Amino acid sequence: MPDILVVATAPDGTLSRSSLELVAGAHAISGPLGLGVTAVLLGSGPGLVDAPQALHRHGVARVLRVDHPLLTAGESDAYLRVIEQVARIERPEVVLISADTMGRDLAARLAWRLGAALVTECSELASGDGAVVARRQVYGGRAVATMAVTRRPAVFSMKPRSLDVPAPSPVAGTVEDLTVEMDPGDLPTRVRQVLREQSDVGLEDAQVVIGGGRGMGGPEGFAQLGELASTLGGAVGASRPPADSGWVPLSWQVGQTGKTIRPALYVAVGISGATQHVAGVSGSRMIVAINRDPEAPIFSVAHLGIVADFREVVPPLIAKIKELKGL
Amino acid sequence: MDVVVCLKQVVDPELPIRDFAVDPGTQRQVRDGRPLVISTYDENALEVALQLKDASGAKVKVLTLGPAAAVSEAIRLALAMGADEAIVVDDPRAPELSGAEKARTLAAAIRRIGPTDLILTGCESADWAERVVAPLLAEDLGAACVTFVSRIEAGDGAPLVRRLVEDGHHLVEVRLPAVLSVTSDESNRPRLPKVKDIMAAKRKPVQTWSPGDLTPASAGDVGAGVEVRGVVVPERTSRCEFLTGEPVEQVEALVQRLRDQKLL
Ligand SMILES: Cc1cc2nc3c(=O)[nH]c(=O)nc-3n(C[C@H](O)[C@H](O)[C@H](O)COP(=O)(O)OP(=O)(O)OC[C@H]3O[C@@H](n4cnc5c(N)ncnc54)[C@H](O)[C@@H]3O)c2cc1C
Repeated sequence: MPDILVVATAPDGTLSRSSLELVAGAHAISGPLGLGVTAVLLGSGPGLVDAPQALHRHGVARVLRVDHPLLTAGESDAYLRVIEQVARIERPEVVLISADTMGRDLAARLAWRLGAALVTECSELASGDGAVVARRQVYGGRAVATMAVTRRPAVFSMKPRSLDVPAPSPVAGTVEDLTVEMDPGDLPTRVRQVLREQSDVGLEDAQVVIGGGRGMGGPEGFAQLGELASTLGGAVGASRPPADSGWVPLSWQVGQTGKTIRPALYVAVGISGATQHVAGVSGSRMIVAINRDPEAPIFSVAHLGIVADFREVVPPLIAKIKELKGL
Repeated sequence: MDVVVCLKQVVDPELPIRDFAVDPGTQRQVRDGRPLVISTYDENALEVALQLKDASGAKVKVLTLGPAAAVSEAIRLALAMGADEAIVVDDPRAPELSGAEKARTLAAAIRRIGPTDLILTGCESADWAERVVAPLLAEDLGAACVTFVSRIEAGDGAPLVRRLVEDGHHLVEVRLPAVLSVTSDESNRPRLPKVKDIMAAKRKPVQTWSPGDLTPASAGDVGAGVEVRGVVVPERTSRCEFLTGEPVEQVEALVQRLRDQKLL
């Protein structure tokens, strides 16, 4: 009987990074609570052959593998059905799910079906007095709530990029293949089309992110940021207003509702620094803010500040970096 | 098409941080004297519903759970924007309830409202941001669920919805009845009511129910056994070094710092 069940997903055949973040969460509570860790790995395609090894490498010995053509990106109803079936057989005490786009659909519904306790969007897990203690940001990042869960089973969803992928600690592992019956006609939702946004560097993996805000004034400003990002080998992100206004794709939004990022360098340009934005960037190693308002709250979280109109700073910055890199 | 939009009233999330305080008794944000607004994404959800009404004559009801006296302004705004009627579940304890408890009560209210094709909520609330109300409503009501929907692409039959994902969008076909949680985009910016709509809103029906009028599902509450131990406002110590001078000097200094930190 697994005590902690980590829901690992490989919708495109490769294990998602967030699955390994969950392993870190599981390790944080398994020792103190005396619980074992099992991963259920769901996905489709040949990549699933190697995916368990990544879990073994990070210390999860027992992997239950479910390979089914319906377990592809976005088919959350298929994932829900399979996880529910596995959980009913395995009867875990704790289930960990990533609060990524699929997990946002899944965690609460799984808890409801299992009659489990639920805490969503956690950024930290610990244990104390036999309870699982979760921390999560509330009030748009203005405060942090500590929640203690004594009921079992309990489902926790973890905000992506809140936990680091654990250091490798290889174990000899086993893989059990489970088969599931699923009729596509039974699923109440189906993905009909995938509209992918092209970008050279994935925002969440970029070591350098240039974030633009309402202060960019329109899509043209973002073209400049794009140039800056590409000279630095980084990606462009945005605060909410540019995403809402259609200046940039919605998936570029960084913050409470958007992505959580933890690059080595984050440059916030024309962003005031609302707590809902800062919630998604505060894990950056170095934050540089460029804003013409010296009172902007972003300067209270930035390490380096430039008070100026971005139009006067960004072009010479691009030129200088190009010069240094011989571009 | 019958549409119910769940709206919640919250303390204005744009309030400056110096006006933010947590009540040590309830472990919730102090509301007294703070301006209250409709929770950000709930307005986007209402706008999506109103666009369905404009396009295909959907009937739009708004449902809110909260102390009736406090929520009246939010309800009036929703009716002025174009909702046809409003239902208030009057519960003075609402601001302290968990998302799970709220979902249970809202589901019971929707059952009482009667057959509904589409239930819309915001993708997260501007206060506790648990993102659980839509999926729990879906389970409780036996409906389909899609979260983080930015648009409904086709309104008739099985709707096709545009759902935000990590690297773009998926177009998802959804069987009705369905619960959708709505995120904002350029297509669903909340409309501003016109003066004549504000007047007309006064004549629209508003029903007030008490939680005791409702029968929650027999399934348990996923919020049970979860205790809020504390809500802490982290201290922020400013450590910003300002780079001064003319723009070129600022750029020189920045590049130097980045090189020192091996970021360049
Ligand atoms: C529930 C909820 C969830 C939210 N989620 C998110 C989220 O995920 N991400 C997010 O970012 N926000 C989010 N927000 C919105 C957030 O509260 C702020 O409204 C938003 O972050 C403000 O964006 P901004 O800083 O770009 O714009 P503004 O606050 O308007 O700031 C623009 C800044 O640009 C500066 N500026 C203007 N022109 C120039 C110039 N030429 N050169 C230099 N500087 C200039 C101004 O001085 C100002 O500081 C959320 C809000 C709510 C209620």
